Amino acid sequence: MVGRTSDGRVVRRPVSPHLQVYKMHMLMVLSGSHRITGLALGVGTLILVWFLVAAAASDAAFGWMAWVVGSPIGILALIGWTGSLWYHFCNGIRHLAWDFGYGFEMSTLYASGKLVLVATAVMTVLTWVVVFAVR
Amino acid sequence: MTQHSASPAVMRSKLGQARGLGSAKAGFHHWWGQKLTSFALLPLSLWFVTACIRQIGHTRAEVAHWVANPLVATLFVLLLAATFQHLALGVEAVIVDYVREEKRKLASILIVKAACLLLALIGIISVLKLAVTG
Repeated sequence: MVGRTSDGRVVRRPVSPHLQVYKMHMLMVLSGSHRITGLALGVGTLILVWFLVAAAASDAAFGWMAWVVGSPIGILALIGWTGSLWYHFCNGIRHLAWDFGYGFEMSTLYASGKLVLVATAVMTVLTWVVVFAVR
Repeated sequence: MTQHSASPAVMRSKLGQARGLGSAKAGFHHWWGQKLTSFALLPLSLWFVTACIRQIGHTRAEVAHWVANPLVATLFVLLLAATFQHLALGVEAVIVDYVREEKRKLASILIVKAACLLLALIGIISVLKLAVTG
């Protein structure tokens, strides 16, 4: 973590590639977004657990949960949650393809990245079109 | 000779001293756990979203009756187990990358794992309660 530059100056290096070390580019933003959406989904699991606990508890507890989730702020949070889910889902498939050794060419990386963004947008919009149609 | 007996640590071979200090340790297990749960979560999350949309507007009794279906209850238990295992491993990777100090790193990982275990169990027990009584 403490190293020297080529001209001999002592520098404190980051543990991991930090945002300020490299120039921003699309692949880096996509990679960072995978982690950010993953963390957001982690926060979202609280709603999943709340839903199950409320369903197992009482009509009053369930009613309160349904009211909060159905409120404008609740719906906004759920839109963010589904967007994060579909991004993490699509980019996760991209990660799995890499684990099998596919898609490492620079042009493929950019193409698959753009595909992930388009698929995320389509799936998120589609989800909410269906939700508001059912409601 | 007296120098050597004064420091018994020197008796250990270089390999013995280095063993277990590598960065990998249980790396494969971590990676494999992340991969297995991500595969499981592909169909499970698709099922979860479509199933939840179909429950919109239903009363607690209707939702409870739905969760009580053995297939639905099983899928929920699998979803909770895979989600929280995947989450714990994922957040652990983020902590390892960004928390510099060793004690804080270990403490944050343990807190995250405890929270994930707790939430998974609360969710699973709620599902089991519905499966039995709902």
